[in-house]
Amino acid sequence: MAQPLVKKDDDRDEEADYSPFLGIEKGAVLQEARVFNDPQLDPRRCSQVITKLLYLLNQGESFTKVEATEVFFSVTKLFQSKDIGLRRMVYVMIKELSPSADEVIIVTSSLMKDMTSKTDMYRANAIRVLCRITDGTLLTQIERYLKQAIVDKNPVVASAALVSGIHLLQTNPEIVKRWSNEVQEAVQSRAALVQFHALALLHQIRQKDRLAVNKLVSSLTRGSARSPLAQCLLIRYTSQVIRESANNTQTGDRPFYDFLEGCLRHKAEMVIFEAARAITELNGVTSRELTPAITVLQLFLSSSKPVLRFAAVRTLNKVAMTHPTAVTNCNIDMESLISDQNRSIATLAITTLLKTGNESSVDRLMKQITNFMSDIADEFKIVVVEAIRSLCLKFPLKHRSLMNFLSNILREEGGFEYKKAIVDSIVILIRDIPEAKETGLLHLCEFIEDCEFTYLSTQILHFLGIEGPKTSDPSKYIRYIYNRVHLENATVRAGAVSTLAKFGAMVDGLKPRIFVLLRRCLFDTDDEVRDRATLYLNTLGGDGAVVETGADVKEFLFGSLDIPLVNLENSLKNYEASEKPFDINSVPKEVKTQPLTEKKAPGKKPTGLGAPPPGPPTTVDAYEKLLSSIPQFAKFGKLFKSSAPVELTEAETEYAVSVVKHIFDGHVVFQYNCTNTVPEQLLENVTVIVDASEAEEFAEVASKPLRSLPYDSPGQTFVAFEKPDGVPAVGKFSNMLRFIVKEVDPSTGEAEEDGVEDEYQLEDLEVVAADYILKVGVSNFRNAWESMGADFERVDEYGLGPRDSLAEAVNAVIDLLGMQPCEGTEAVPPNSRSHTCLLSGVYIGNVKVLVRLQFGLDGPKEVAMKLAVRSEDEIVSDAIHEIVASG
Amino acid sequence: MELWPLIKNILILDSEGKRIAVKYYSDDWPTNAAKEAFEKSVFTKTQKTNARTEAEITMFDDYIVVYKFVQDLHFFVTGGENENEIILAAVLQGFFDAVGLLLRGTVDKKEALENLDIILLCIDEIVDGGIILETDANVIAGKVASHSMDAGAPLSEQTITQALATAREHLTRSLLK
Repeated sequence: MAQPLVKKDDDRDEEADYSPFLGIEKGAVLQEARVFNDPQLDPRRCSQVITKLLYLLNQGESFTKVEATEVFFSVTKLFQSKDIGLRRMVYVMIKELSPSADEVIIVTSSLMKDMTSKTDMYRANAIRVLCRITDGTLLTQIERYLKQAIVDKNPVVASAALVSGIHLLQTNPEIVKRWSNEVQEAVQSRAALVQFHALALLHQIRQKDRLAVNKLVSSLTRGSARSPLAQCLLIRYTSQVIRESANNTQTGDRPFYDFLEGCLRHKAEMVIFEAARAITELNGVTSRELTPAITVLQLFLSSSKPVLRFAAVRTLNKVAMTHPTAVTNCNIDMESLISDQNRSIATLAITTLLKTGNESSVDRLMKQITNFMSDIADEFKIVVVEAIRSLCLKFPLKHRSLMNFLSNILREEGGFEYKKAIVDSIVILIRDIPEAKETGLLHLCEFIEDCEFTYLSTQILHFLGIEGPKTSDPSKYIRYIYNRVHLENATVRAGAVSTLAKFGAMVDGLKPRIFVLLRRCLFDTDDEVRDRATLYLNTLGGDGAVVETGADVKEFLFGSLDIPLVNLENSLKNYEASEKPFDINSVPKEVKTQPLTEKKAPGKKPTGLGAPPPGPPTTVDAYEKLLSSIPQFAKFGKLFKSSAPVELTEAETEYAVSVVKHIFDGHVVFQYNCTNTVPEQLLENVTVIVDASEAEEFAEVASKPLRSLPYDSPGQTFVAFEKPDGVPAVGKFSNMLRFIVKEVDPSTGEAEEDGVEDEYQLEDLEVVAADYILKVGVSNFRNAWESMGADFERVDEYGLGPRDSLAEAVNAVIDLLGMQPCEGTEAVPPNSRSHTCLLSGVYIGNVKVLVRLQFGLDGPKEVAMKLAVRSEDEIVSDAIHEIVASG
Repeated sequence: MELWPLIKNILILDSEGKRIAVKYYSDDWPTNAAKEAFEKSVFTKTQKTNARTEAEITMFDDYIVVYKFVQDLHFFVTGGENENEIILAAVLQGFFDAVGLLLRGTVDKKEALENLDIILLCIDEIVDGGIILETDANVIAGKVASHSMDAGAPLSEQTITQALATAREHLTRSLLK
């Protein structure tokens, strides 16, 4: 046993924070470390000094390079001592110092000696240290010993070698893979932990080889792993195999399910839980498969161990999202967890109950939650609020008690995120449950009377302006709104003015009183508030006579902007003040596809007050500005569409080139984005030579070379083609990058005078039909479809051949057509046998197109598709069929 | 899910949240400041709970933390959000009990600091680079304790080993009740 590091001073009173390291200083300890160099080593003293050094490092102290090197060298001297305790500390110290490559050499021989020592502890630790600090070259020297160590009869040594193997596999896979045989042997080891480590390494080695993993799993699942940890690994690997083979079996029992179910009866809790969780996470799990897993998790719920309760309730909570009925059996156990000491468990229990509860239990549940809300953190409260929102949507009849609950918690203390979650929930309930509207609006009005968050106030005012005038008694909201004009900051005041104007526009009876209020706002201290008041007074005809509000005015006040805000913002930025007024119709309407991340977070519907998160900024405007600034292209007219960049080079080549296809009515412009990744080169006069022999309808008309392309600063060169007007011509183009290359002196950065002409082959580029269709969504597909009429409808059926999955087929067709999927129909539910997908877009020549795709599985993997197209022009309808037929 | 259970860190803090011994196995906290910030939030989130009889558990910032307190010492083991909670608890329990065995039942800040070398060796024997080496407290304590004796010791010393083993066993029984 180690001795106390510092003999305690008996005279001193024992302080509460007495520490043997009190007043320790790095400089002094480094001085002390000189004892490592003594010819007569005192092992105990040395151990103490190492502990002090480790203490310093542990406290976040860092050694300078020089200090670390010095310590490292003196520590290596300690290999002379035979004291085992000291040696053990030396090993830890070397790992902490993580010496550099040239320093490693100093200890290599000492460590290699220890690796072949008779003492097990030496062998095990020397392996761990050496593998931690070594690099590939040294590894080949010690490989032989490592292979021996893997099958060493001492389990500690074997484990040390195996775990080191797992780490080394990241850096030196080709070497570790040669140890397969030894690792295989270690998997059969009788030592529990050795089997665990061997299994982890063996799986990692074979990871890429699906068949081998399959074999490994099937051979091991028949026997039983010796340690619970190894059994957990096996469960993870098994579920991986199940996941990957799920596509291959259409019917019948899931392979290996019996193994997972068997693990539910294992004696170790970690194995039972691992198996239960694996079952709940199976793709398209059936309720029959779920039942045994839910049963064991239910037992865990009443365990005396918080960790078990937490693990179980967390898993059940996830199950409740997809299979609420499967979890209802646990409701009684769940309810008792609401009062759990551990608030994480309580929150998970409540949200699970909210997902699984039935209508009759809502009131009782709400009572329990009210007591609970006061003593949990905001982050938990938000989770509860979201769960209550979805519960209310599920049971609209219960809106009164749920709405009351929300308004009560809205009045209590809380941060912005929490308040926003509540307000969002109330807004959604108002929208979706008509009966809840009036009470909900009043709750919101009361909230803004005392709301410290400007963002929430303005959002609520905006919402009031839309919903308030439609209620039975709009006048009762006016007081709340006008109070804002007196009491709030300028932003909120401006919002209140707009809201007042909306009431004035919609409710004729209120008009005279609104005008009085608006006129008072003309004396506001803030110019935005005054401007808005003036604007609204004028548009509403506030100069006396009470007139019917015109349609234009209503459109102006309430009309939604059908242009993506980012596009408008970009267009406005590009607009240069001139005689010509800004034309809102010039703003592109194309929506960039929303990032899919939103779909991946179930339960987080972006339907709150704020607009849905804006998509990535489109570059369409930037392109338009760029192209119109080039004289050769200025006369091509309005840009119809720009494609996403297509890579024409492999990653990590000398020159990286991607191309953007700009489509105009009668022209196509290729924009080549070039990057020079060679620091020693400067490229000049860069052009792309395009061979359009496989694109008959295209003729090159202009090009714009890039004068110079220095290292790592991207530049563009352009080539323009003429094509028949309004015709969706397609073709294939081969590209050759041509340039003059000049050597650059890396030290001065100056280029040589003379250059050499050179060429660089790029990949081919295709203009396809999808390039002529804009992704433009419609909000209500059915309406749009009906109003388009069946005049130019074209319907046909296609066989798509064997496909990996239905989803893959759907995506392929969407990509082929380049149209905007509507109403989320691009997502195919797992395991479905048929699917309908709705697409909309605008074809070149500004022709609206709607497409209805019906997919069905025909036989095991054959996908059949029925394609119905409606458009404003029969030629276009035919063209869509043409695309599909030829794609 | 990770393909094998991964430990992100092992911490022992005192009753004010100060470091006694910590070991990080993940790059999630690249600087000392980041580590201290993590320790601070772990400490504040757990300090009011009673984790003295059974290990407790919490989840925040996509980490699962299991913890247990004794006297003025707070033990923590952290894993990723998808980790099997019970495995993490097994690591914590192994660590906690091994320290108890090695410090002969008096586990507090003073003892821990005076035997910091033992604590550090203990951590070193439990996890290597995030991979669990051993969770059995007796084995861990045995490995740490045996290091202070010469393995190639003559027969006379064997008795000491035996004596130690008996003492350990005795302690285990009293600890695990």
